[in-house]
Amino acid sequence: MSEINLKQLTIKKARESMEKGEYSAEEITRSYLENIKAKNPELNAYLAVFDDAIDAAREVDEKRKKGEKLGALAGIPIAIKDVIMVKGREVTGASKILKGHRATYDATVISKLREAGAIMLGMTNCDEFAMGASGENSAYGPTKNPLNTSKVPGGSSSGSAAAVAGDLALTALGSETGGSVRQPAAFTGLVGLKPTYGAVSRYGLLALCSSFDQIAPFGKTVADAEAVFNVIAGQDPLDSTSISKLKTPISSNLAKPKLKTVIGVPSDLPLEGCDPHVIANFKLQIEKLRELGYEIRDITLPNLKYAIPVYYIILPAEASANLARYDGVRYGAHKDGANLLEDYMKTKGEGYGKEVRRRIILGAYVLSAGYYDAYYYQAMRVRELMKQDFARAFGEVDAIVTPTTAGPAFELGTKSKRSPIEMYLEDIFTAPANIVGMPAIAVPENLQIIAPHQREDVLFEIGKKFLNE
Amino acid sequence: MLSIEELRNLASLARIAMPDNELEELRSQLDEIIGFVGEVQKADTTSLKLRGASTSSVGEVALPELRNVFRDDGVPHETGKFTRDIVANFPDSKDGYLRVKKILEK
Repeated sequence: MSEINLKQLTIKKARESMEKGEYSAEEITRSYLENIKAKNPELNAYLAVFDDAIDAAREVDEKRKKGEKLGALAGIPIAIKDVIMVKGREVTGASKILKGHRATYDATVISKLREAGAIMLGMTNCDEFAMGASGENSAYGPTKNPLNTSKVPGGSSSGSAAAVAGDLALTALGSETGGSVRQPAAFTGLVGLKPTYGAVSRYGLLALCSSFDQIAPFGKTVADAEAVFNVIAGQDPLDSTSISKLKTPISSNLAKPKLKTVIGVPSDLPLEGCDPHVIANFKLQIEKLRELGYEIRDITLPNLKYAIPVYYIILPAEASANLARYDGVRYGAHKDGANLLEDYMKTKGEGYGKEVRRRIILGAYVLSAGYYDAYYYQAMRVRELMKQDFARAFGEVDAIVTPTTAGPAFELGTKSKRSPIEMYLEDIFTAPANIVGMPAIAVPENLQIIAPHQREDVLFEIGKKFLNE
Repeated sequence: MLSIEELRNLASLARIAMPDNELEELRSQLDEIIGFVGEVQKADTTSLKLRGASTSSVGEVALPELRNVFRDDGVPHETGKFTRDIVANFPDSKDGYLRVKKILEK
């Protein structure tokens, strides 16, 4: 067997090589498991590794030998963020409060991955219950950025990003609530796709903010992210928010009646806090898009400036309800008190990290009598205005571009020590897509493309052209 | 500014025992965050048409077609299929039942 060049490997290449018999699913899986063994102690990308992945890979090889029909991801090693249920495996949300909890069923995305023949390598580290933008809020220690280990890989899907960027997996699932896949993708040189709200079933995903959450793939290329998306997307009777009329796979039928694709650039982007390099880079990227033949048009999204305040009201409100279930009675950790109420108080007090406690209490505040109209309802109203802004803009353009992040990957242990708001501003360009439920993709270097609902095809087409795939 | 007493009350509503030495730090952080997110109050939402009483506070929202999201009533799987795995996750159980402390005290 010749050494597999993992750095250059994509899903497409791996599939072709396996079909040609250049290497087997077992060999490719073994290469990744060896890399995990060598690099994970430093990167801390995985919280759990499935050593029996080899058995799943052998099964794929057996099927291939027998000439059986193979799925779209047959033999493709994938990492799973530790917020998605894989039957029989520990799932903790990187929190102490769920330590020891074993998933009693497969999430729908996991069933789909199994059916497609994907090889699951393990569960990846993240910010506790996906709350954070650096990976540093994990109860099991921070993940390091494989491109520069003194820096954060971004978050909350820190381990999934580090796994793919460090060649500890070929692709990975993360989850997106306000940029938790796109921001780490930008920090690690990957592609991150936030699907349309409802495109992917969330059955078996630990809920953070139910009106924003989507399971989302990482890829080294747009085609890789697209391949995983096409496997996991689709309606699911077990998730009532999944969209019923979704066509999968989505065909590329971008704006056929028109000659040109029109790309909108918001004139009201909040650029004040941006690194000057980010602004200069974004201008160059707009020029590149123009050279690629796209028509560039200025648009306005007047309520964009409220995105982070809206996000950090609705998210804590929903999170405070979603996380109420972790009370030491039915799952994970239990701290004993004098009575049941004290059991709850101690379990939550000791089981949750600082950021989680902060957001739950903030959620209790914005929902409390006397404040909910000024905060929660007002945020819901502004969310509605933002939806109208985007709908209006998409009447004129086929896609909208912005930077993905306001700055480059930062040093470990720096931002987390300062005000929480500074970390919240990491989501400044990514949160709007979650607020309005639209699909968005982050592509290197720091470009985000947003499309109307269920138009992932637009993202794939522009993304591929932009990256010359 | 939030008082320590208000903060204690919120924490207790959320069933979180907060260590005393963290309350002061949390109070100043929450104040800063609440001030920051309070920016939403500057947004002009008068263009949103108000609707009937139940949803009026949020304003006009294009509701999707109403549909039943519940499965048909029936037997979804054989009894006991998941019981053992679920009970294994309980911090405390006896004979396949979840065990909790007595709720009503004398």
